[in-house]
Amino acid sequence: MLPQTDAETVSTDENLEQELEPTDLEDAVDEPERVTPAIEFRDVHLSFDDKKVLDNVSFIVRRGETKIILGRSGGGKSTTIRLILGLLKPDSGQILIDGEDITGYSEVKMMDVRKKIGMVFQEGALFDSLSVYDNVAYRLHEQGKPKEEVEHEVQRMLQFVDLEDAIDKMPAELSGGMLRRVGIARALVGDPSIVLFDEPTAGLDPPTARTICELAIKLRDIQDVSSIFVTHELKNIEYLSSEFAVVDENGQVVFEMEGEKMCLINTEIVMLKQGKIIFTGKNEEFFGSDDPYIKKFVRGR
Amino acid sequence: MNSFKKFIFQLQEITNLIISAFLGVFKKPHYLVDLIRQMDIIGVGSLPIVLLTGFFTGGVLILQTYPTFQYYSIQSTVGRTVATSLIRELGPVLTALMVSGRIGSAISAELGSMVVSQQIDAMRALGTDPMRKLVAPRLLALIFMLPFLTVAADIFGIIGGGLVATGIFNMDYNAYITSVRSGISTADIIGGIVKPLVFGLIIGSISCYKGLTTEGGTVGVGRSTTNSVVLASIWVIIFDFFLSRAINTVLDIKYI
Repeated sequence: MLPQTDAETVSTDENLEQELEPTDLEDAVDEPERVTPAIEFRDVHLSFDDKKVLDNVSFIVRRGETKIILGRSGGGKSTTIRLILGLLKPDSGQILIDGEDITGYSEVKMMDVRKKIGMVFQEGALFDSLSVYDNVAYRLHEQGKPKEEVEHEVQRMLQFVDLEDAIDKMPAELSGGMLRRVGIARALVGDPSIVLFDEPTAGLDPPTARTICELAIKLRDIQDVSSIFVTHELKNIEYLSSEFAVVDENGQVVFEMEGEKMCLINTEIVMLKQGKIIFTGKNEEFFGSDDPYIKKFVRGR
Repeated sequence: MNSFKKFIFQLQEITNLIISAFLGVFKKPHYLVDLIRQMDIIGVGSLPIVLLTGFFTGGVLILQTYPTFQYYSIQSTVGRTVATSLIRELGPVLTALMVSGRIGSAISAELGSMVVSQQIDAMRALGTDPMRKLVAPRLLALIFMLPFLTVAADIFGIIGGGLVATGIFNMDYNAYITSVRSGISTADIIGGIVKPLVFGLIIGSISCYKGLTTEGGTVGVGRSTTNSVVLASIWVIIFDFFLSRAINTVLDIKYI
């Protein structure tokens, strides 16, 4: 989904999805299949022992949309994406992927759902006994794809993350930023329609963090991927919610600012506080919020 | 959770792990390459230490028993004693303990590191079941290779004993061989092979379980490695007693 230029089409209502009935949405778009959210949480609760990790969490991620999940450490951010992958099961509530309720799915059934989801882990989580090539090719090897197809796909993905030179290296030889980028390449093999980022810029220097955000923007605007971007870094929000990627006349991907007369409608912020959603909305509303918790999060005091 | 409940819970989890690993073997994709790699690491890789252990155990058995046997003038039966003790008990148990130390710790540390660095989660996210990809090959390789390693340890133990008997105590080589052959029965050999099959299952399941349930970063990896070796060794020794009793009863082995 490319950014909209008409400011009138952008609703500032933070609970847009709750107010619009599916039929209204159906009228609003040309492609009915895009109405079904890519990810939907319905009243999800989860506790570890006596501690509530997620408390009545409900949100949707539309197709081609990026949802930035913010919150302090231990606030339930990473748990949310582990639930989407079925690595954890909620105590109650429903989780839907492309309209399919995966809440009660067994591990075997989840394997099929996971095929359409790419996951970028905090530290990359590369298999350290495999080379960069084998890491990126992992999913294809498991599916028994022919060698030529695997090679072509690995080259394409490493080109996307600008790491073609590192193809034969082992994970131990890579820097932190390179590890994350290989992690992104591995997650994107098979062109998943949903990509989950779990603090992909944590501990990286600003230029490398910016590169990771650019990859997420490219995925959103060029590849039409739905994503969840878990972070607690404000710089990431700035990049993701105020810039968009377009292909220029030379075929190069360039990043442009949304400007004053334009607003990106495909990126929204969800703020978690002790497992509860306390804010859903655009970056402008987030930074202008009067909520003391959000103010403290933004200003650090 | 009190200790008893914890024990029952862990027993249930280990049983589930064994069942899902075995059931996974029959589903596609088959991880044959992983199985062969593990058989190489566990079998070929452990051969030197197992052979050395067997050789010197056989040697020291003769060294300690020969003078006593000579005192009672029954030194011609010393080969029989060494062969019986090695094949029935020392071969299977010592091999299992050596493999538990070398392989059980390695499995636990490797899987534990994969857990704390989120590689197991990544594997599941990429659509691979760790039970089939990681646990099943290790478990099967241990069950398959441990009997071979035990037989190798037994043979080297008998050779070691023979060298000490003939080299130090000037026993006749043929008398030693005859004594060894008279001590080995088919039932002993069957018993000596059944035990390592069970020990392989014990070492594999405990080390995989401890590795996969690692918590608490690198300190946790160290803890689960130690726990897996200690637990596997203890259970090998406990099971050895009950297995010996069962095998002796079933195969009607006489205590002579």
